[in-house]
Amino acid sequence: MNRIRKAGKEEIVGSGNQESRNWDSSILFFLVFWLPDFLLIFSCVPIFLIHSASAAPAVIGSKKFTESYVLGEIAKHVLSDAGIPVEHRQGMGGTIILWQALRGGQIDAYPEYTGTITQEILKTGDASSLEQIRESLAMFGVGMTEPLGFNNTYALVMRRSEAQRLGVRTISDLRKHPGLKIGLTHEFLDRQDGWQPLRERYALPQQNVIGIDHALGYSALANRSIDVKDAYSTDAKIEQNDLVVLQDDLQFFSKYEAVFLFRQSTRPDAIAALRRLEGTLDERRMIRLNAEAERTKNYTNAADLYFNVGAPRPSGHSGPSHFGESFPHKLARWTLRHLQLAGFSLLLSVIFGIPLGIVASRGGPIGQAILGFASIVQTIPSLALLALLVPLPFFGISVRTAIAALFLYGLLPIVRNTASGLQDIPRSLRESAIALGLSPRTRLWEIYLPMASRSILSGIKTSAVINVGTATLAALIGAGGLGEPILSGLNLNDHVTILQGAIPAALLALLVQWFFDLLDRVLIPQGLRL
Amino acid sequence: MSALVKLIDVSKRYGHAAALHPTNLSIERGKTTVLIGPSGCGKSTLLRLIIRLIEPDSGRIDFAGEPISPDNIDSLRRRIGYVIQEGGLFPHLTARANVLLMARHVGKSQEEMQTRLREMCELTRFSGNLLPRYPVELSGGQRQRVSLMRALMLSPELLLLDEPLGALDPLVRASLQNDLKEIFARLGHAVLFVTHDLAEAIYFGDEIVLMNEGRIVQKGTVSDLRERPADAFVSEFINAQRGIATV
Repeated sequence: MNRIRKAGKEEIVGSGNQESRNWDSSILFFLVFWLPDFLLIFSCVPIFLIHSASAAPAVIGSKKFTESYVLGEIAKHVLSDAGIPVEHRQGMGGTIILWQALRGGQIDAYPEYTGTITQEILKTGDASSLEQIRESLAMFGVGMTEPLGFNNTYALVMRRSEAQRLGVRTISDLRKHPGLKIGLTHEFLDRQDGWQPLRERYALPQQNVIGIDHALGYSALANRSIDVKDAYSTDAKIEQNDLVVLQDDLQFFSKYEAVFLFRQSTRPDAIAALRRLEGTLDERRMIRLNAEAERTKNYTNAADLYFNVGAPRPSGHSGPSHFGESFPHKLARWTLRHLQLAGFSLLLSVIFGIPLGIVASRGGPIGQAILGFASIVQTIPSLALLALLVPLPFFGISVRTAIAALFLYGLLPIVRNTASGLQDIPRSLRESAIALGLSPRTRLWEIYLPMASRSILSGIKTSAVINVGTATLAALIGAGGLGEPILSGLNLNDHVTILQGAIPAALLALLVQWFFDLLDRVLIPQGLRL
Repeated sequence: MSALVKLIDVSKRYGHAAALHPTNLSIERGKTTVLIGPSGCGKSTLLRLIIRLIEPDSGRIDFAGEPISPDNIDSLRRRIGYVIQEGGLFPHLTARANVLLMARHVGKSQEEMQTRLREMCELTRFSGNLLPRYPVELSGGQRQRVSLMRALMLSPELLLLDEPLGALDPLVRASLQNDLKEIFARLGHAVLFVTHDLAEAIYFGDEIVLMNEGRIVQKGTVSDLRERPADAFVSEFINAQRGIATV
């Protein structure tokens, strides 16, 4: 069993970066106000790159779903209580990305589940004991804490009132009530370790089984359209909807014990601090924390609940927290990082894209290869491109990876527009330049490139708008930007938070469009604009 | 007779189609040679071979006694002026910048360029007020005058014109024909002029070279062609345009 189901819930949607030429005065004001900052930001990109390379604090990672965020916050809290400077990179995407980041040293620890470790990371199958897992992980220089105390696996849930009325406590009890209506996520219906084998193991008689979306399934349970559905055993919705988890009395579902994975080279006091969390979180408590996080839309609060109810919270050092920030400050931080990501990657796309476009314009196998490569890159889904880059030595979980991915996405429009701009120059004018006796270098710089300038600039403009939009994905690998609120908003199903990222991203796209329209006036020779 | 350009057994094929069969031709100094023939007869190919926009498949072209090769072509091109049908002006440069492009490239001084520019304006009857304009702001005839100035800027020994008046309306064309003839006479350069219009050929040509299907069919004056046609095609070509050719 793996966690695809979770990823499905938290899919990334686009950030609304449509091009538009319809300006109104408030946007203009915004643009005029921001233009100087925009230029300033471009100029300080190299400084920021140097700065980001020298991160000293312990880094906790988390995957992009509520429980992982909350566990990450708890770890951050416990480490900073121990006086260790700590940073939490939230919602870094899937298992592979976190695992690579841990091995590559970009993060020091992150919360994981034993089932995921055996199935997805070690691929050793189900039967491994904790000791076997620990030994296998040690070969990668990775350590594992004892279980935190809860098992987040698949479960079947029912309304509490109905379960009590019928006397259903275990999955086996379902056999006595063949008339119950069962609604399951499509994935659970199809999984090799899902509904079919479960039904065989327990000899369940129910015929009325339908496929239903996970979130909708809770509403269906509440309005009695269905009586039983699948869930995660620590899903916050279980408490919110007053549901009960049916006991897996035949132990059909794999164990998904929550643990922390850490680098063995992490400072020992940090490991010791993480160990304090072992055995302190049972399922009921984790459900409450998840419910709190989803209710308040605030992971730090939820994590604090753990400390308030559990171990007494020692006073003293508390790590830097972004949650205390004012909204304008947060917005400025996201926007600045966003522009750095988009701006620096665009710069690289221009530096490499124009020469490649010049070569491609000459056609032949090399030209075809260049255009082919740029087109293929464009078809790779952005998440997949990030996942491909992360395992490479130079990249890992870093701003570099985000910039490299954006750079690759920005390449095609520039290469293609440069090539087609050059190819569209009439043959008679090319020949006139040759016949005059101009050197190839002069022909290119003084005749061909200026004549293709409109097409090249429009390619750069397209790249810039794409980069501003796609840079929201950088948040998946913890590189920040306006994708940060979008990701956490998606996860929390909180539209306000999503819009906090999506609206500025869309405005930025407009700003970039406008900026390049201005640039056209400066860079395209007057004779081509008449 | 001093031949400035000599084509010796020059040929050119495109795939299986011969654009120019092995051909010999001399272009004399101080004379205007007109290449004439129907579309696709190879006259433009011949011109483009001389300026090396295309490479010959066989044969040799000498310029002032020196074989043209990829090594010397760049310096030779500066001794050749080239004007094409639509003028071939670069749209992102003003008339002045178009004319001075090569002079700047070879590092002429400001004064030298200004003097020469004034001479050229006067020679081609082009108003200096129009020099700051971009090609799209000029009429077809004005563009051709600018193109001619650009071709003549470095005082070339040979002027190649490929249907330079082809796209102009008749009145503009007539006035440019007059001016061109005067310019050729004043400069005394070797001129190779491509046209498909017999009247124009007769008007300009000291020698007329009639081409058909990639071959030179006949060389000579207009009366040679008219009175002693080499074959049926020559008579046919002359007769087809008789109406205006007798002007």
